[in-house]
Amino acid sequence: MTLSTTPELTEESRRSLLNTMVLIRTYEEAIRREYYADKMPAFDIGAGLVPGEMHLSAGQEPVAAGICAHLTADDALTATHRPHHVAIAKGVALRPMTAEIFGREDGFGHGRGGHMHLFDPSNHFSCSGIIAEGLPPALGQAFAFKRQGNNRVTVAVTGEGAANQGAFHESLNLAALWNLPVIFVVEDNDWGISVPRSESTSVTSNAVRAAAYGMPGVRVEDNSVEAVYAAGGEAVARARSGGGPTLIEVHTLRLWGHFEGDAEGYRPELKSVPDHDPLPRYRDELLQAGGLSAEQFQAMQDRAVEQVEDAIQFAKASPAPNPSEHLNYVFSEGVNS
Amino acid sequence: MTTAPTGTNQSTTLAVEPEPGRRKLSTAKAMQEAISQRMARDESVFVMGEDVGPYGGIFSSTTGLIDRFGPERVIDTPISETAFIGLGIGAAVEGMRPVVELMFADFFGVCMDQIYNHMAKIHFESGGNVKVPMVLMTATGGGYSDGAQHSQCLWGTFAHLPGMKVVVPSNPYDAKGLMAAAIDSDDPVVFMFHKGIMGLGWMAKNNRAIGAVPEEEYVVPIGKARVAREGTDVTIVTLSLSVHHSLDVAEKLEAEGISVEVIDLRSLVPLDRDAIVRSVTKTGRLIVVDEDYQSFGLSGEVIAVVAEHDASLLTSVSRVCVPDVPIPYARELESIVLPTPARIEATVREAVAR
Repeated sequence: MTLSTTPELTEESRRSLLNTMVLIRTYEEAIRREYYADKMPAFDIGAGLVPGEMHLSAGQEPVAAGICAHLTADDALTATHRPHHVAIAKGVALRPMTAEIFGREDGFGHGRGGHMHLFDPSNHFSCSGIIAEGLPPALGQAFAFKRQGNNRVTVAVTGEGAANQGAFHESLNLAALWNLPVIFVVEDNDWGISVPRSESTSVTSNAVRAAAYGMPGVRVEDNSVEAVYAAGGEAVARARSGGGPTLIEVHTLRLWGHFEGDAEGYRPELKSVPDHDPLPRYRDELLQAGGLSAEQFQAMQDRAVEQVEDAIQFAKASPAPNPSEHLNYVFSEGVNS
Repeated sequence: MTTAPTGTNQSTTLAVEPEPGRRKLSTAKAMQEAISQRMARDESVFVMGEDVGPYGGIFSSTTGLIDRFGPERVIDTPISETAFIGLGIGAAVEGMRPVVELMFADFFGVCMDQIYNHMAKIHFESGGNVKVPMVLMTATGGGYSDGAQHSQCLWGTFAHLPGMKVVVPSNPYDAKGLMAAAIDSDDPVVFMFHKGIMGLGWMAKNNRAIGAVPEEEYVVPIGKARVAREGTDVTIVTLSLSVHHSLDVAEKLEAEGISVEVIDLRSLVPLDRDAIVRSVTKTGRLIVVDEDYQSFGLSGEVIAVVAEHDASLLTSVSRVCVPDVPIPYARELESIVLPTPARIEATVREAVAR
């Protein structure tokens, strides 16, 4: 497949991709720190300032950075139970996102949603904790955009485990049938919690499944942000110009566990996982190519830390939701049942 | 996504429950008219589902709409409920007002995640920042030997799960006004119409399936029960086709001096608890007639409403529901499990004898 429609990457846009990856990693490291801070010495999933399941996206930054570089706030994106990287790359504000993760009143959902249910209407960003079920609503956002007669697109992100769900296949069919401006992005991180894709999936590349629905399918190997950027650019351009949906599968990396607290005893290559970390690899590529100085990288990191710590402080300072308001928001008109 | 849906919501200008007038329509035609009138003045309203286009809906919920509004706004879908109901949700999130048909309520099993985890929860999870102004209309009920997978009411299942209004009309007038209110609602509404109230030419006739309906647009507010018949001896709380059966029984027993009050709930969510309590306060005897399964459902809920209010009100409590068995195929068996007029009548007689 040619990549002719994707703009050539300049040094500045390369730094921008790296910057997004750095911000995501800094964020996930900080959430991880806060998540464990008050769960020691005995891990209790329901304890602490950040309770509940926590699915972090370290290692999958190339997917978020490469795809979202082509999107504006007017485009829509639906994410999964592992949503932080795409949220950040999409431009979702860190303060209300973090406050929601901390279950606070100033969070996007006033503490009703949590880390798997982040909704930022100003960025048309949402996520769902049910595998593959974020795809059908993405079709509807694309349907609305198409009816509005503009060139806005919707990205539906999911994992490789979702590609065996009915909702995935129904969504691909309907998107292709109605020529909707959707880009399906499959993050293949090799693992459906503890089950390797070889034991879950009948094909070695989910990109081939696109052919069954008459849409282009691309597989990006090596977790390369620039290859994602190229594939994403072509798919987004196709959708914007009325050319319909595309399926992109990216072979990415789950650097950490399925959720925090996952000891990953099922993962034979566990020790070598950090060797495949895409972030230092891309940093070094840019440093060697001369498009990035050590000072620039340090400044990138410093800015990321500043933004992330500001968001964490904001979340911690935000009040808890008022228990007397526990019935709010079931309906818009305030009637519960 | 939008914090304020862009639909031209003008419900405040509409009449609320006007006089019925003289024109008569079937329930199916009344529903079609409500949808049509909304579509005519709000571009964001569209209809989508299986066979809603040229066929006009398997139970005639959309007859004629495609002729007036075309295939761009009256859209036949693949047999792919998860995809198209989810599509409706996404379109609603972006400010459209979809009316999506799930052909039979029984089919919810293939798409319930979109309905209860997405349609019903997005508003809550977003802290009220994302609205889902969508109508999911679906056919319910048995009585014509369609078997265990095509005859269920299931409204109690939907009503059990928070975040959906659940509307169940019993007659043409209410069907039109409730459909208008459902389309106007900023919240998701499950609109469950019993096949037996639609006035279809190919099912057993039911004289209350055709009734007076104003031509003008109007709303029947969601959440207000209707006193379908006033009485003093016993209260029947019911809904949908069972309202008709209960009224038939009430008329018959009137000649014997038994005075039956019939409350048509019109919606499960919100549930008009005041109307239930008001009537039972008067009669002291409560019968719930519900074509849904008996256990863990609406009938127990209605009784609990009264018991929690003041259990001493209740001289007599009974229910006429589908016993906890799938709907059988054979006519002789199905007619035993459904809340037929004969079962209702026997239950009223027992109640007033207490």
